[in-house]
Amino acid sequence: MKHGAQRTWRLRLYVAGQTPKSITALANLQRLCESRLAGRYHIEVVDLVQQPQLARRDDIVVVPTLVRQLPPPIRKIIGDLSNVERVLVGLDVLPRDDGA
Amino acid sequence: MTESVGRRRPVPKSAGNGKHPLAKAPTGIAGFDEITNGGLPRGRPTLLCGGAGCGKTLLAMEFLVRGALEYGEPGVFMSFEETVDDLVENARSLGFDLQRLSARRRLLLDYVRLEPSELTEAGAYDLDGLFIRLGHAIDSIGAKRVVLDTIELLFSGLSDRFVVRAELARLFRWLKAKRVTAIVTGEREAEHLTRHGLEEYVSDCVILLDQRVVEQSATRRLRILKYRGSAHGGNEMPFLIDDHGISVQPITSLGLAHQASTAHVSTGVAGLDEMFGKKGYFRGNSVLVSGTAGTGKSSLAAHFVEAACRRGERCLYFAFEESPSQITRNMRSIGIDLTPWMRRDLLRIHAQRPTALGLEGHLVAMHRLIEEWRPRVVVVDPVTNMIAVGSETEVKAMLARLIDFMKLRQITALFTSLTEGGGAAERTDLGVSSLMDVWMLVGNPEANGERNRTIQIVKARGMAHSNQVREFVMTDDGVTLVDISRRADGSVAIGSARGAEQRHALAGRARPSRSHRAK
Repeated sequence: MKHGAQRTWRLRLYVAGQTPKSITALANLQRLCESRLAGRYHIEVVDLVQQPQLARRDDIVVVPTLVRQLPPPIRKIIGDLSNVERVLVGLDVLPRDDGA
Repeated sequence: MTESVGRRRPVPKSAGNGKHPLAKAPTGIAGFDEITNGGLPRGRPTLLCGGAGCGKTLLAMEFLVRGALEYGEPGVFMSFEETVDDLVENARSLGFDLQRLSARRRLLLDYVRLEPSELTEAGAYDLDGLFIRLGHAIDSIGAKRVVLDTIELLFSGLSDRFVVRAELARLFRWLKAKRVTAIVTGEREAEHLTRHGLEEYVSDCVILLDQRVVEQSATRRLRILKYRGSAHGGNEMPFLIDDHGISVQPITSLGLAHQASTAHVSTGVAGLDEMFGKKGYFRGNSVLVSGTAGTGKSSLAAHFVEAACRRGERCLYFAFEESPSQITRNMRSIGIDLTPWMRRDLLRIHAQRPTALGLEGHLVAMHRLIEEWRPRVVVVDPVTNMIAVGSETEVKAMLARLIDFMKLRQITALFTSLTEGGGAAERTDLGVSSLMDVWMLVGNPEANGERNRTIQIVKARGMAHSNQVREFVMTDDGVTLVDISRRADGSVAIGSARGAEQRHALAGRARPSRSHRAK
């Protein structure tokens, strides 16, 4: 897959309430997307406490779970996304030399 | 949501004993509630572990289905292994219609697809998603029962051991807080009970299932490893899965408390009744008829059955060698027509190859059939095929339970036993015969160039009985005992010798007939 400007990232972040993990995960995700995927990403946040029925949609048991809907194939990245390298691998974004 | 459901049974209140009675939730599984004194710990999780294919999923499913149908308790089945379609299909083989239960909101099937290869771990996480999802499922149908099957798969994609342990502990606490009666299934590991040491988290009840292949037949066993506040035997109990679900053969010692009957039942053969003091067996007796091939064991069984049917009593005939049509045909040849009784549903012949199930499986199945139909007379023809399987003491213990079970219900049972030729009959039967009240030997010894049929009573508890070896013949009217012809020296003449001596006696001095001398 070519890493051209035409690629877009559709991401869905599942959290369970405003827990420290939820807040950390969203902050990490936003920072990373802004620095690496600016203008080419869309984040949807699903709070399962508010919408428990949505847990079935993407088979969520662990939170936080980030679901990469696009680009295919679907991948799930679990955790508060503090491990940037692994998030990048999960998102299929090439790591930069400066590590951010 | 109080629609009326089928055969709802009353829910027993706390069945615990001692200072801290533990409330129980009946499973409705045949035999299981007996051995657990009422079922699983109510409102608490139970760990059910075992290897692949041992019946964990089906047992757990039956617990939910019966809970919904018989106890008015809806249930949630969360599967990490089988899809909803698979669950529906597999449950159909037990006669359960999961789709119908789901449509009526008595059951909620939730398949959680976990694909470790799709997962990437990137930081701290917990299982709140599962709790929310399960909580939502429970609340949506008002579930009182929950199954999680199989728990290991839930953690298969999670590499953080520390998190897994912490979340497991939290899962069991959460289930308790939810006050649902839960079964969590776990995969049996070679060394440990389960991979994650699940048993440490479950303080109330741990059950182990096991399937072994002994002599080419699979035998399923269930063992209660732990049951807080309940007396339980640590013994293994055989169980069976068939089109009625699961049946566990209760090990509960029925003991010897049964009332010994003084009523008699005919053996079906007039001459044989005479040998038992003119009355026959006691009701509730277990009778063993042993002999080599072709000596007339099944014929005696057929007489016994026919006599019972004539009295209007239900007879259940377990045939392990011949099909029902073979049996009825053979018996017709000696003038016993069993078909009218089958038509009137007084006689049921249950024919099954001995190899179709393990011995324990057979015993469990018999147990269930007897419980369901409640016959007054049972025939097992022959019991030998079953004895050949499994270790002798084990078999004997289980046969003893079956016999006790029948005695308790005052069922008169007749077992035939095929023995090897060569005079070993008495030895080979010893193991089983000690369980029996009545033991008869039939034979066709060869003497003076001919074979003649003989019958003798080896033992008959609590009954006066003849000690003679009697001759019998198979006629168009069935088994007929031949009048005794006693020689001057007291010995009994049989076969041609008897005929000749009797003719001689008649022709000679007008000696009084010596017939009917059986005491």
